[in-house]
Formats: sequence, structure tokens, C-alpha cells
Amino acid sequence: MSLPCNLIQPEENEYLNCIRCGLCLAVCPTYRVYKNETASPRGRVALARKGLEGELELTPNLAEQMYACLDCLACNDICPVGIRPADIAVEMRHVQEQIRPSGWKDTLFGALIAKPGRMEAATMPLRVYQGSGLRRLVYTLQIWKLLPARLRDLEGMLPRLPKRPLRRVLPEVTKARGDSRYRVGFFLGCAQSLLFADESAATVRVLARNGCTVVTPKDTVCCGMPAAGYGRMDLVKAHARFNIALFEKTATDVIVTDCATCGSKLKEYGQILAGEPEWAERAAVFSAKVRDVSEFLMSIPLEKPAGRIETRVTYHDPCHLRRAQKVWQQPRALMELIDGIDFVELPESDWCCGSAGSQLITHYATSLAVLDRKMDNLKSTGAEMIASGCPGCQMQLTTGIKRRQLAVKVVHPIVLLDQAYASQENSQ
Amino acid sequence: MKPNLIQELVKIVGKNAVLTSPEDLAVYSYDGTFEEHCPDVVVLPTSTEQVSQVIQLAAREHIPVVTRGMASGLAAASVPFSGGIVLCLTRMDRVLELDEENAIVHVEAGIITANLQAEVEKKGLFYPPDPSSIRHSTIGGNIACNAGGPRCLKYGVTGDYVLGLTVVLADGRVIHTGGKVIKDVVGYDLTALLTGSEGTLGVITEALLRLTARPKFARTALVEFNSIEDASETVNAILTAGIVPATLELMDQTAISCIEEAMHLGLPLDVEAILLVETDGQEETSVAREIEAAAEICTRHGARKVTVAKDESERQGLWKARRSVAPALARLAPNKLGEDITVPRSAIPEAVRRLKQVSAKYGLPIVIFGHAGDGNLHPNILFDKRDPQQWAKVEQMVAEEFAIALDLGGTLSGEHGVGTLKRPYLERALGPVSVDIQKRIKQALDPNNILNPGKVLPD
Ligand SMILES: Cc1cc2nc3c(=O)[nH]c(=O)nc-3n(C[C@H](O)[C@H](O)[C@H](O)COP(=O)(O)OP(=O)(O)OC[C@H]3O[C@@H](n4cnc5c(N)ncnc54)[C@H](O)[C@@H]3O)c2cc1C
Ligand code: SF4
Ligand code: SF4
Repeated sequence: MSLPCNLIQPEENEYLNCIRCGLCLAVCPTYRVYKNETASPRGRVALARKGLEGELELTPNLAEQMYACLDCLACNDICPVGIRPADIAVEMRHVQEQIRPSGWKDTLFGALIAKPGRMEAATMPLRVYQGSGLRRLVYTLQIWKLLPARLRDLEGMLPRLPKRPLRRVLPEVTKARGDSRYRVGFFLGCAQSLLFADESAATVRVLARNGCTVVTPKDTVCCGMPAAGYGRMDLVKAHARFNIALFEKTATDVIVTDCATCGSKLKEYGQILAGEPEWAERAAVFSAKVRDVSEFLMSIPLEKPAGRIETRVTYHDPCHLRRAQKVWQQPRALMELIDGIDFVELPESDWCCGSAGSQLITHYATSLAVLDRKMDNLKSTGAEMIASGCPGCQMQLTTGIKRRQLAVKVVHPIVLLDQAYASQENSQ
Repeated sequence: MKPNLIQELVKIVGKNAVLTSPEDLAVYSYDGTFEEHCPDVVVLPTSTEQVSQVIQLAAREHIPVVTRGMASGLAAASVPFSGGIVLCLTRMDRVLELDEENAIVHVEAGIITANLQAEVEKKGLFYPPDPSSIRHSTIGGNIACNAGGPRCLKYGVTGDYVLGLTVVLADGRVIHTGGKVIKDVVGYDLTALLTGSEGTLGVITEALLRLTARPKFARTALVEFNSIEDASETVNAILTAGIVPATLELMDQTAISCIEEAMHLGLPLDVEAILLVETDGQEETSVAREIEAAAEICTRHGARKVTVAKDESERQGLWKARRSVAPALARLAPNKLGEDITVPRSAIPEAVRRLKQVSAKYGLPIVIFGHAGDGNLHPNILFDKRDPQQWAKVEQMVAEEFAIALDLGGTLSGEHGVGTLKRPYLERALGPVSVDIQKRIKQALDPNNILNPGKVLPD
């Protein structure tokens, strides 16, 4: 089969040099579940190569192997040759979309997710469901037991939705407490605004408390990660251009986000738009300013909270924070600032939790198998709280904890810091 | 393959354990080399009983069966050139029993060797063989290739730890060799025969392995040399002085710069070779004394600098580097062909000299590293397979490498095995009588030639 000549596809040298040593199998969560080469990074690279070289047809089954990848980046990290199987898997999804476009993705990623207002409207029924007491009714009558297990897991994974999305509540400019030492742009992610509003509210409070004037542009669109995951690089680029232009107007020195996934995508804008003369430089400047909230806070003189939190806490490394951004010491350091916290390391803390955006919906069995291992590890720590700075991970961890009926609370590290500050105020 | 046979396989192992899609077949077509050929079907059994039934079916229908672990092999031994069934044991990965009292572990063959090691270490026991591929190869594959590793200088190779095997023979019968005894001279040593048989004599489904106590202390030194000859002579000097380090690894300049580029460990880039020396044992003082003694010998033999790793993380860093050498070379050229020749220890300096001559003669780089203490070297030729001229040269160079090994009293392979790639050279290495006997053994155990046909022995 010959491929269309204008196809955007992985470069030959991205896959050609894979020497098939197999080292990447050692760290791949999907391989660990299925013990099957087809579900391995080496397998995915081989399929990409054979597909692009015409030895195999680019069938839906071939694409499916690329979608089954969790994009956890563990293989990228370990490959001694410098092959990036995770990137190849995502690029192959893009190839598939060009050959067999699936229309619904335009609607979902182009129209719905990209426009915060529309997404807020779309999640309205959910907020009503939760807010009106319907959710409680469902629980007390145990109607939820009638739901198929799968739906139940999905229902259970949602946090309590805020009454109003944070985007509507947060002021455009939040003044620094005391002298303003930094002018910080805050990239409010979709999931944070819609589902974890309390966390981002805490982020803004903590930043302001530490001398930051926080500017939150209200018109940001999705960072682009979901569209990338579903093979729509064209939409990712459009999102990137839009967000870059928006932040250029804010005249900020840094751009902070409290979502690991957004952070990793925003930091990639420079690379994503490198080939577009009009944007390359602007994108590079933008990306260079992006910081995860823990990364930024640990780089400035940070007020040590006087309040205590007496609890045993462990930490799960979001793939998009640890591997994509190499940020893993900072969240730990941030929590260790707080007196009373008994911090325990989670075994295999940097193995993917199985969330990968929407794998619990699209690849239920795999996602759960990966999650199970995480839960075994969590249980072994005896922690009462597990912190993780990624909405996807938090929802996934919540699902796992509910399934196992563990008494562990899921938090964003920033919330702990915010609480420590708050309890200090209360005691004063 | 006929649909009714696929149906039969499904009946034996279940639907999810029989793979037939073009995508599945494509990814079971290769191992750690650049050879490939698709099987007709992939079967992933979960018990000895299932393996036995699959083999019975294959025997009845005369279908080739290629047993596969994690396909990290470097000899194209698990590439199914004749099609047929790939029998992949990665789902047989349980520890069946850990007998602490006798320090013996009973495992299924598909367990990843590093997982096996981690399990026994939880109980303070130790499985010493440490192929660099420890995290991505199976114990079954290690036994079938009699894998070695850096630590084998002091501790011996995989085969030295195999006490017994459960094997499915070519007609489907199951045989248990050996047992939980350390000494055993009753009958021929079938365990030893099957060890290193590369899937041609039977399918290993379970193994009984001997364990030892974990050495409590280890010290590792990085020794820099301005000349690779000095480095290889130092190896002999250390060993003849009566010191038995756990490991004695050699890396040449290209290997070093390659790892440095990949891992940024601060390795010296202006040296011609380094030796990685490790001593270990149960007593801290003797371990330290040995590393100092080794360091002194190194200095006397022209070492430019000796650095002993300060702590465990530095030590782990060095070993991670060593394990990454082979794959990291692929950063330098699209293809590499790594050989595995072994020579008597005293001949290492000469072997290194001659390999360099071969490289100069053909104008393609040969990177040299390996388990110098065992006389086991991995010369890696770097090239671009897309260039037919280079490929032709590579074939000649490999032949010359083997000639060097044999000429110096050595052999073709220390640990990777023969597979397909070294098969053409086998007769020269072993002589006609040995080949004849081995063919008869194969004939006796697998008269229909269904187990990994076309591997190891010449037709
Ligand atoms: C980066 C790298 C480093 C390496 N380092 C070393 C090293 O230090 N030392 C070393 O010795 N080797 C090394 N190797 C080679 C390879 O890892 C070993 O040969 C390993 O033992 C193969 O195990 P596997 O499970 O991958 O087997 P495979 O590659 O799948 O199979 C290898 C052979 O064993 C047979 N086989 C596999 N399982 C069974 C079974 N259960 N029963 C019967 N036959 C079976 C197959 O038919 C085939 O002939 C390295 C390879 C790589 C890629
Ligand atoms: S992707 Fe890298 S680690 Fe994986 S098989 Fe290829 S070369 Fe080895
Ligand atoms: S990104 Fe993660 S899941 Fe995907 S191939 Fe790599 S290691 Fe496996």
C-alpha cells in the first residue's frame, strides 16, 4: 500500500535505529500487563516502521496498538539509543487520522474542549446531578450498584464538582500579598477549572501569599494534550498559537500551571511550532517561561508555613511531570516544608497509574490492571493521603481507592501547603 | 496455517493466548538482531501441561515450533525462519517455590531474570548470574543460551546454577531432570545437555536454581588507561596475583564516549580504555583490601588514574553505564553487529591488537568491550546496512573475527549462542566429529526436526 505523499509522519531516523534490544520492555506498563510483544514499545516501533515502509497495512488494528499505549514516556526515558517509542505511538495516531479521519474528533477537540464556555455548558448536567442531591440519592439508594461496574468506576472517579467553574470565579488579576515581587501568568487548565477548582484556587492563594501578582487570562483554550492523544496535531497547533498570543498580552515573566499534563504540553509548544517561521520564536519564548507550580515555588524564597498537618503522606509521580518535565524533587520538597507530615515514598512511584487521560474509558481492562498494581503499592505504605499534581492521576487514584475501599485521601501537593498556611492563620 | 489447527490451539490455551493478526505476527518476527521472519501463529501458554499439548499437536502435524522468551537474543536463535508456531513463555512467570532452607528456587521459565533476582533477594538470598539483559530476558532464555554476565568471572555462568529442569520433549512428553541435590551422577547429565541447547532439544518450562548468600559488601573501581594494550595486560596481572574480582570489564574509547553521550556520567573521554573492577564478599575489610590491591596492580601496569566509587549510587551509576554500552552504540551508526568471541585470557592483548587491524583494513569501526576477566570480548562493528558495500565488508570482517578467536585457541561465542548467525562457522570451530555427534543427539531427541529447525547445527 502506498501512503499519500503529503502525509505528516515520523521521520525515518526516529524508528530506523531501534536495535530491538528489548530494554524498553522492562519498564512498559502495558507490556507488564499483557506480557505480549504487541503491547510493548519495541513492538509499537516495529509496527510503525513496517506500516510506514509499506510492509504492513495501516489497519485499524495497527492504530489500536498505538492507542493502547499510555504515553507514560517510560520507554523514551530508558532507551539507550534515543528512540522515543511513546512519541512514535502518538505520531502514528496522527498518521491514522490523516488517512482515516474520524469526524467526531473535530467536534470534541476542535469545538467542545477547545472552548471553555462550551465545555462548561456540556458538563452542566453533571453539576446538576451532583448539586441537586441526585448523586446522594443514587448513593443512598445504592442505585449505583445497578450500574455496570465500568460506569460505576467512571462515576466514582469524578471529584465533587465545583458549583461554578473556577474560570468564572477567579479574578483576572489577583494582587500579591505584600510587595509584588513576581508577575506570574496562571494557565488555568480545563480539568482544574471544571473539576478541581479548589486546587487551583489554592494555587493562586499560595502564589499571591508568596509575593506574586497572578494574572489569569480567562480565554485560554485547552493546552492541546487531548487532541494530541487522539492524533489531531493540527488542532494542537491551533490551540498552541491561540494560547501563546493570549499570554503575550499579559507581560508576565513566568507562566505557572498546577496541572502536570498542561505543563508538559505548554513546555512543548516551542518544539511543536518550530517549523512555522512566524511562530517558532514566540513559541520558544512562551515555553521557556512555563513552570509547574511546585517547580516555580521551590525556585523562589518560599514562606515556611507555621501550621502543622499531622498525617502520613505519600506521593505518586505523574508521568507528565516526572518524565516529561523532570520535576520530581520539587513536589516532595514542597511537602516536606510542612511540619507534622510523615512522608513515605511510594514503591514504583514513577510507574504510570493507568490514567493516561482517558484510558479508563477507552481501555478499561488495561487501565485497571495498571491501577491495581499502584493500589498494592499504595496499601504497602500505610499512607492516609496520596498527593499528585495531575487531575488525570487524581481521578484515577480516586477510582482505585474506591474500588479497593481504602481509607486514603487524594490531594494536590499545593492543597497541603495552602492548608498549612490556613491552619497557621486560624491558630493565630 | 489451517483454521482447524488454530481452533485446536485455542482449545488448549484459550482465545487470548493465540495470536494470528498480521500485526501480532510481525512483532514476533524478530529478536535482538536485525533478522526477521514471521511465524504463522503465536501461542502464549501458561502451564507445562499446555506446552505439552501444543507440542503434541505440532508433532502430529509436523509444524516447526520456535520457543521464545523475551527475544533479547543476539544470534537470531528465536527468529522463526521456517514459520510455524512461536511458543512464547512470557506468561509462565511465577516463582513456584522458594526453599530457603536449601537455598533453592523453583520457577517457571518465562520469569524475567531481574524479577527472579528481586524475589530471592527479599529473603536475603542471591542469584548471581547477571547478563546485561537481566531486565529484559527470561530465565528460560538464559538457560537455553547459558547466559553469562560480568559477575560470572567469580560466580560462574547460568548453567552453574541450574540443578534441574522440567522440559517438554519434541513428542510432547514431559521430563524432569536433576533435582534439589547439589551432587548427582546418576545417568547422563541431561540438565547440562539442555542448558545452552537454544530451544532445539526441548522446551524448558520450569527450573530449579541454586542460590547463594548475598555478598554484603562490594567496591567498584574505574581505572583509566592511555593504552588499551596496557589495560588488557592488567587483566592478567590482577588474576595471576590471586585476586578474584567479581567482575573485570573492559571498555574502549568509543564505547566510553558513547555511554557518556547517552548518560552524562562524567566519564573520561581522552583515555583509550577503562577497566571496571569490582570486588565483593561478606567482610568489609577484605573487600576493601582486595580493591586496593587491584588498584595498585593497575597503577603499576600503566593506569593513569584509579577512582573507587564512593557510595552505592555511584557504583550503580557505573554498572548502569556498563549495561548500556551495547545499545548505546546504536547512536553512532544505523547498524551494529556485536560478536561474542572468547579467547584464553592470556591472549586478550593479542586479540585486541588483531581486531584493531581488521578494523583498519576494512575501514569500518570496531568497538571493543567485554568481560575481559573471562577472555570474553564483544567486538561491535558499526555500519549502515543500507549500503551494500558496507554490508559485504561486514560479512568478511565477522569471518576474520572468528578466525582470530579460533587461531588464538578460543571459540565463536562465550554467551550469546550460535542461533542462525554463527551457524555457518560451527563446523570450523568444533570439527566434523563433534558436529556429527551433536547431529545424532538432535536426531534422537527430535527426529522430525520440529524444534527450532535450522538453528545451531548445519544441515
Ligand atoms: C542489550 C543486550 C545485552 C545482552 N547482554 C548479555 C550478557 O551480558 N550475557 C549474555 O549471555 N547474553 C546477553 N544478551 C543476549 C540475550 O539477552 C541472552 O541470550 C538471553 O539469555 C536471551 O533470553 P531471552 O529470554 O530473551 O531469549 P530469546 O531471545 O527469546 O531466545 C533465545 C534462545 O533461547 C531459546 N529459548 C528461550 N526460552 C526457552 C525455553 N524456555 N526453553 C527452551 N529454549 C528457549 C530460544 O528458542 C532461542 O533459541 C544481551 C542481549 C542484549 C540485547
Ligand atoms: S526502542 Fe530503544 S530500548 Fe526499545 S528495543 Fe528499540 S532500541 Fe531498544
Ligand atoms: S509510553 Fe509507556 S505504555 Fe507507551 S510504549 Fe512507552 S512504556 Fe509502554
